[in-house]
Amino acid sequence: MTENAPAWDETQPILEIENLSISFFTRLREIPAVMDFSCRVMKGEAMGLVGESGCGKSTVALAVMRDLGVNGRIVGGKIRFKGRDLTAMSQEELRQIRGSEIAMIYQEPMASLNPAMKIGDQLAEVPMIHQKMPKSQARALARQLVADVRLPDPDRILDAYPHQLSGGQQQRIVIAMALMSKPALLILDEPTTALDVTVEAGIVDLVNDLAAKYGTSMLFISHNLGLVMEVCDRITVMYSGEAVETGNITDVFDKMRHPYTQALFRSIPLPGADKTSRPLKAIPGNFPLPHERPRGCNFGPRCDYFVKGRCDAQEIPMLPVAGDTRHDSRCIRFDEIDWNAPIAAGVQHDSSHIGEVVLSMENVRKYYEVAASSLFKGGDTKVVKANETLSFDAREGETLAIVGESGCGKSTFAKVLMGLETATDGQIMLFDENVQSTPIQHRNTDTVSSLQMVFQNPFDTLNPSMTVGRQIVRALEIFGVGASDAERQQRMLELLDLVKLPREFANRMPRQLSGGQKQRVGIARAFAGNAKVVIADEPVSALDVSVQAAVTELLMDIQRKNRTTLLFISHDLSIVRYLSDRVLVMYLGHVVELGTTDQVFAPPYHPYTEALLSAVPIADTRIEKKRIVLEGDIPSAVNPPPGCPFQTRCRWKSQVPGGICETEMPPLRDVGGGHQVKCHLSAEILAGMEPVFTVAAE
Amino acid sequence: MLLFLFRRIGLMLVTALCLTIIVFALTNMPAKLETLAKTQAGSRMTDAEVDRWLERNGYASPMLVRYGEWLGVLPGWVRTEDNGTVTGRCVALRGTAEAAGERCGILQGDWGFSTRFRAGVAEVLTARLGATGLLMLWVLAVMVPMALIVGILAGMREGSRTDRALSTFAIASTATPEYVSGVLLIALLASSTVGLSPLLVSWGWIDGPVLFQGNARSALDDITFSNFTLPVLTIALYGMGYVARITRASMTEVMTQQYIRTARLKGVSFGKIVVRHALRNALIAPFTVIMLQIPWLLNGVVISEVLFSYPGFGWTLYEAAINNDIELLLASSVVAVVVVLVTQLISDVGYVYLNPRIRIS
Repeated sequence: MTENAPAWDETQPILEIENLSISFFTRLREIPAVMDFSCRVMKGEAMGLVGESGCGKSTVALAVMRDLGVNGRIVGGKIRFKGRDLTAMSQEELRQIRGSEIAMIYQEPMASLNPAMKIGDQLAEVPMIHQKMPKSQARALARQLVADVRLPDPDRILDAYPHQLSGGQQQRIVIAMALMSKPALLILDEPTTALDVTVEAGIVDLVNDLAAKYGTSMLFISHNLGLVMEVCDRITVMYSGEAVETGNITDVFDKMRHPYTQALFRSIPLPGADKTSRPLKAIPGNFPLPHERPRGCNFGPRCDYFVKGRCDAQEIPMLPVAGDTRHDSRCIRFDEIDWNAPIAAGVQHDSSHIGEVVLSMENVRKYYEVAASSLFKGGDTKVVKANETLSFDAREGETLAIVGESGCGKSTFAKVLMGLETATDGQIMLFDENVQSTPIQHRNTDTVSSLQMVFQNPFDTLNPSMTVGRQIVRALEIFGVGASDAERQQRMLELLDLVKLPREFANRMPRQLSGGQKQRVGIARAFAGNAKVVIADEPVSALDVSVQAAVTELLMDIQRKNRTTLLFISHDLSIVRYLSDRVLVMYLGHVVELGTTDQVFAPPYHPYTEALLSAVPIADTRIEKKRIVLEGDIPSAVNPPPGCPFQTRCRWKSQVPGGICETEMPPLRDVGGGHQVKCHLSAEILAGMEPVFTVAAE
Repeated sequence: MLLFLFRRIGLMLVTALCLTIIVFALTNMPAKLETLAKTQAGSRMTDAEVDRWLERNGYASPMLVRYGEWLGVLPGWVRTEDNGTVTGRCVALRGTAEAAGERCGILQGDWGFSTRFRAGVAEVLTARLGATGLLMLWVLAVMVPMALIVGILAGMREGSRTDRALSTFAIASTATPEYVSGVLLIALLASSTVGLSPLLVSWGWIDGPVLFQGNARSALDDITFSNFTLPVLTIALYGMGYVARITRASMTEVMTQQYIRTARLKGVSFGKIVVRHALRNALIAPFTVIMLQIPWLLNGVVISEVLFSYPGFGWTLYEAAINNDIELLLASSVVAVVVVLVTQLISDVGYVYLNPRIRIS
């Protein structure tokens, strides 16, 4: 690597950030993004940086790379890498460090690879620049790295363009690229956020192994506490531009000493949380805007332990926690707070009673025909089997969760149900009406208003040029609610009350709302016509954890009040476990498991459910989890494997005699109490399965 | 791929058919025919004489019939004079009455007769298109590299001083039409009384009276720096600004992409980022525009060829239009359609090459 680098003592930190402050400069004002941030990463150590969006964690990462763009500037503090101050380096010195000693892995693998360059060239470039390696040697190294990140057929991959690989494969390539010249420090910025959970589990495994193999230090940025626990040794929690707590993983997770850390943990659905007996506790209030931060403690206005006159009197410094090593908290009252006090019992609810069947699907299929290519070839069409023999019932007041990874057909199912597509085959009974072949424009207003949808991305689903109130009134007009404009206006205000938004919001434009508020508007719109069945397609996955809790609670509240049937589509098993009554697991268009939440989350499992459960990172140090990492990618729905759809990745396949997994589609069979599993495994083997989670004895 | 080609050619035929019908209808309006008769047979003809001339030269039959004759789906008109000589469309085209077949139109390979140049249309057009092709070649050779360089230099650092200077230049050049820049260039460089030339002569730097020639007719025999620079520059400047703007927009967008950040944080130097990572991605949009630019340049060719009296396709088109040379105009429309669609085809195929994402496995 760089020969002129001074000798560096390995007992010193690789990366030492001291009182770093970063600001962005706009024409109007200076916006401080990070204030007084300090942290240290030792050799071989993995430091996790967690916080909600906008807290400044990515800014810290880019500052280490000295890539803050034209507006960003480091206004104070030092960043020392192997003892050399990065903030004082010239562009040329930085260029030598970037990619060779500090490498970065990004959130969106597709966007961070050059679409017009072959993978091999992109990889080989790194040692060619930094070690002046000849091209043939660099390519050989690239091939080895591709094999190291466990990609099949490295030669083919080197000659491929990025778009020819799946998301998981692309991320492996980005990792390989970062490791090409064996950097001392690896910065990972939400490396798995764009990936499915089972793919994420594979990537996390890989990162852990490679870091151990090469002795690389890591700065791991994530909003997912569970993931940080799996990867990191130490953690720094950030809130509104400041580090609020830092320490070893076990110290921070088990003996947190900052109210924000505590609030964060209480707003994520850990096993044990339950929508009736132990509801989630959302953090009250909103994240302060960078130029509207309060005086004193930034978290003060949202803190349960806030004391006027002390918390807002002066800037709060980081204070060491006595008894722990390198555990600091930015709270002046942490010694006075009783951290072991049980959570103030929230409002408990009676579990709502489940009524009649309102929706029933029978052997619903949806196939798409796609032309191979409309431009250069013609003739042959391929069939995408998006949904295969989907059968289930949903009852009044029930929450049915539909779980699966991307490409499993859950969104197609929602489209068919909504009438945006018509089913190829089978029956859908909504109340007492057959709707499987009625597209939405031919459905009557009643059917449309009683079956509504809450969409995944609240940012794109509101019309940006119409006020919030107007959008809801518009929905009311379409659903034929109310006799006059005044009546509809009144109803709109009531709907805002229902979703707990202030009535003044009626006159606001969507851009003036935060993500969580927009999603509330989306919910209000869905319930405008007294919807009986609501499909919620990943309603909280685009939101921050503390907001997720609030929106989830809101949905539950409305459901209890209106006795709505909620079809909750999600890939997040923690939240599914928390709020659903029954769970349906889908894989490649098939229902592979269906049962009550308790049945699905306890053995016997379908092998896919087992892998899915094991892939979910859980932010609780007491829970031990079996690690099952699925090999390969989800097969394409255009060309599904013969026999059982899951057979290509199933670890139980050898336990089925006669290899029928590869030839015969297993039947959906009852394993007791209405719990259905689509698997060839014998009853004994299913019964002998061990649970994925075990709570370690305290 | 083959089917795609067939579809494109089909589209070309339909477009050509529609366009020629329109041109035919416009050039065959009674007033236009009268002009034609008067330019061909003397401007002092009476109305009766005009009618007789039209009758004798086959312009009296209904318009659709004559369009059919031009296409070659209907037999050409034949007329026996009082003195026994046979005249007719095909006779005129093929010399003698014996050699003339029944039909003689596009389908038979006969492009007709140019009334302005008194020669076969095919003959006139091939010579003129050759001349214009040469001009276009030089225009593209000057315009494309210049536009891409200006666009890329401006776009690689958005908002920098280079960007502002080059963008101003590009906007100014594309906002100046050929008839303005051409006249300016002639005044500045090709006049023996004003501009640079007298100055240079007085300093003894050049031998001739002017630096560049304002008349490009001599380029037909021998292209020289002196007689060809001004027409090429006039057309190239106009097109260049536009392509440079598109390249700059495309380049600035590419430079903000995440894969450019990846390259930067890999330690790639700025020059290599631009050449290896940004260039190919940034060329996708301008490539299509350059290809669209070629038929669009035909417009520019008309003005500058007339301005510099260069007898190419544009000059011919202009002459044909003011003399209502029906068959030459029709053939020119067909040529225009072919040029547009062939460049489109090249642009589609080239696009697939530049952008691997739409390549079909």
